[in-house]
Amino acid sequence: MPPKGAQTGLRDDGDTAVLRSGTAGEKAGAGNAGGRPRRFGRRKSTGNSNAGITPYLLLLPALVAIVVFIVYPSVDELLISFQRLNAFELIGHVTHWIGFANYQSILSSGTFWVIFNRTVWFTVINVVLIMGGGTLIGLLLNRLGTKVRFTLSIAMVFAWAVPVAASTTVFQWLFDQQTGVVDWALAKLGFSGMAHYDWMSNEYTAFAVVILCIVWQSIPFVAFNVYAGLTTISTELFEAARLDGAGAVRIFRSVIFPMLRPLFFGTVFLEIIWVFGALNQVLLITGGNPVGKTVTLPVYAYLEGIGEQGYGMGSAIAAVTIVMLCLMMSFYFRIILKQEDEL
Amino acid sequence: MRRSLAGRITFNTIALVLALIFIFPVYWMVTTSLTPAMDLFSKTPSFFPTHPTLMHFKTATNVVDFSNFWVNSLTATLGAVLLSLVIALMASVAVARMRFRGRKAFILMIMIAQMAPWAVLQISIYMIVRNNDMLEEVLPLLLFYMAMILPFTIWTLRNFVGAIPKELEESALIDGCNRVQAFWRIIFPLLAPGLMATSLFGFITAWGEYPLALVLEQETPHYTLALWLTTFQTQFGNDWGATMAAATLFSLPVLVLFMIMQRRAVGGLTAGAVKG
Repeated sequence: MPPKGAQTGLRDDGDTAVLRSGTAGEKAGAGNAGGRPRRFGRRKSTGNSNAGITPYLLLLPALVAIVVFIVYPSVDELLISFQRLNAFELIGHVTHWIGFANYQSILSSGTFWVIFNRTVWFTVINVVLIMGGGTLIGLLLNRLGTKVRFTLSIAMVFAWAVPVAASTTVFQWLFDQQTGVVDWALAKLGFSGMAHYDWMSNEYTAFAVVILCIVWQSIPFVAFNVYAGLTTISTELFEAARLDGAGAVRIFRSVIFPMLRPLFFGTVFLEIIWVFGALNQVLLITGGNPVGKTVTLPVYAYLEGIGEQGYGMGSAIAAVTIVMLCLMMSFYFRIILKQEDEL
Repeated sequence: MRRSLAGRITFNTIALVLALIFIFPVYWMVTTSLTPAMDLFSKTPSFFPTHPTLMHFKTATNVVDFSNFWVNSLTATLGAVLLSLVIALMASVAVARMRFRGRKAFILMIMIAQMAPWAVLQISIYMIVRNNDMLEEVLPLLLFYMAMILPFTIWTLRNFVGAIPKELEESALIDGCNRVQAFWRIIFPLLAPGLMATSLFGFITAWGEYPLALVLEQETPHYTLALWLTTFQTQFGNDWGATMAAATLFSLPVLVLFMIMQRRAVGGLTAGAVKG
């Protein structure tokens, strides 16, 4: 246990104090316009003159890294999707172009659309649970005393810190048919049908285990973010809302959500991407079974591409997946880019 | 704020139950790894290891080249984290502090890069690495892990930089610092928690990555720990004790890092996340 002083939650008080005084100064400055903004204006202009190429120089390493290690493989992948590239072609370094044939067979097959729908549902359920649970726990953290808050935070840090490769094995063990503790506990609680229940026997319970694993590991991130956001809202705002007779739900809708809107949008964006692309959890826990009924798009691409060694096919599935994700996220890009204007 | 006693008890109870739920899988992993194999097959699970044993750890670590796995994992992960941190720090200062043409385009690029389908890119990555004769080496793994965590690192760090009031930098400039000095003396110390938080995040991602390692490192001396853990499971079938021992060992560095850094790092994550 850290010393008592450390138990003011998990924040670093020294730094936040500095930040706070900074924002307070900003507010005060905004009140008495005039001298200050003009001084900033001048400083900015001097800043801009030497900022000419500085930002580009600063961005250069990132750009190079992204182009070499992300864009290049992606373009390569895209080219592969127009080829027939199986184990034979791979070993023999043969390039065999087949145009849109891979795409045709994907988009015309019923399988792809079934999996697409499944992936969308899978993502929606996960993200709703993660955001709902994370927000509620974030609100709860804000209400707790320091000791209990510290306890809950530590527990969440543990859940968060376990690497996925390890957490998936743990969840398999928890839900094991023969000696799993969950089946045992459910049977003890009176659900005698659940003794030695095989969670992998149908897609719903198999997905339930995967979703539990993902939600369990994702909630801490959201909860800490929301809690952090809450601590920046001044308590006077809550007091005022309460004096006006606002209930808890109303306060969330009219005070908390509007103030933390960028935070919520940013977090939802990340969670959608992470859940939509979650490969390891599904692959390691269910392997896509029973009979392919828990296959989501990334798993599909992986199984077709790496598993079946149909690399062209797998690449085409990945390309379609990315386009779908971008289309679904496009409204999101606009919202987030709009927030950038307010910087 | 007005709080009734009943309300406080309710909240505390909910919080403690939640804490139990969150900690249980981790607790169960560690407990199982210490429980003798006999007890694992008994009708009632043993919730406390009454006769703790290190047998499972022996089984799990009794593989050829085990120390190599550690070296490989640590090299790839730490290298990737440090490199991406440096690159992201530069980029995030530009994005958060400067106005220039193409700023939005860069942010959009980061958002799209964040969606890169790594699970499938490994096909082309495998061919690229093979064509450069770098299969079975740690360097490509390090570089691609760096790229994997870079978008998120930039995305988060830029919020941390943005959260530091401009006035602090302004006053340093007025006091006679140049831009570089102002950065090292004022911004960098304030960024420390942010850097820790993002590096922890990168560490988890790179440490736990295995599909890419699976195709790039196919011979045992070049395995990473993540590969060892996932192949291990299929090798030993239902030896849950040994599997949990492996999972515990594998999680240990991350858990320890979190414990060392949690106060500053999680506090840091919070400070930087605020701006969204």
